[in-house]
Amino acid sequence: MILKKPKEHDISFSPNLNLHLAKVLFKLFILHLKETITTVPKHKLNPSKWVDLYADYLYNYTISRVNDTIIAEDLVQDTFLAGLKSAENFKGEAAERTWLISILKRKIIDHYRKINSNKGKAEVKMDLNFDSEQEGSWLEQKVADNYDLNAEDALQNKELGLAIQDCLTKLPKKQAEVFIKKTIQGMDTEDICKELNITASNLWVIIHRARTNLMECLENNWYKNE
Amino acid sequence: MSKKKNTLLVSCEEAKHICDKMQYGEATLLERLKLRFRIMWCRATKSYSKKNSDLTQLCKKAKIKTLDQEKKVAMKRKIDDFS
Repeated sequence: MILKKPKEHDISFSPNLNLHLAKVLFKLFILHLKETITTVPKHKLNPSKWVDLYADYLYNYTISRVNDTIIAEDLVQDTFLAGLKSAENFKGEAAERTWLISILKRKIIDHYRKINSNKGKAEVKMDLNFDSEQEGSWLEQKVADNYDLNAEDALQNKELGLAIQDCLTKLPKKQAEVFIKKTIQGMDTEDICKELNITASNLWVIIHRARTNLMECLENNWYKNE
Repeated sequence: MSKKKNTLLVSCEEAKHICDKMQYGEATLLERLKLRFRIMWCRATKSYSKKNSDLTQLCKKAKIKTLDQEKKVAMKRKIDDFS
């Protein structure tokens, strides 16, 4: 049998040459575009706005893990400073907040390391008087962690707090400000009106919008996960 | 306008406004009565009222804390000093 030679495409004579070339060029152009998009940093750091934008979120995040308001404040402060120091290393791939949270996580771990090393020293010094007939003289109970029984419930509440906080950051600035003042800090209507220079009816309109937005946001983020 | 205020019938918007007020315990007795009355037959108001009180409860349960304004200012100053 004689195999037929496959027909060779002679590109140079193909009438579709121009079209073909155009297609190839177009593909290359798209590839180039994609590359430039991925290499240009999507996010930029803006340290002057950090406190307004993220302080409360980071603070709640820390409190839910450290359980101490003063330590939480310090950790948030440390996080901001560490963020400033390593601002050069920020590649712009993650959002600002995610990046700050990752720093904060390391700070929290460091904090626990410090505590744990202190705990170790305390354990050595601890005298175990086995003679005493007191119940609960076991080592285990002396170093027991102070989680209460409804730890799961508490955990859920912490997650809820972060979910609400998350939704608050998505609100327009004015709405979030008024809502926080009114609902979370429990300020009087009059005081808020004076401070922000708005009328009472104006305030209620803002509150109404904030509440509607929050309900919608929580419905999507919180109730779905439950 | 004055006629509207005297009747028990309120518009949906007004009912929502009363509902918002009620979340902060700032609605008068008459207003609460008006809201109850509307809830009896208006589904939109009913669902809004339900969601609204849910939101209040969630906010209470979450125990969100905010940093004091003074501390925020201090933090800002430190950041400015640094950069």
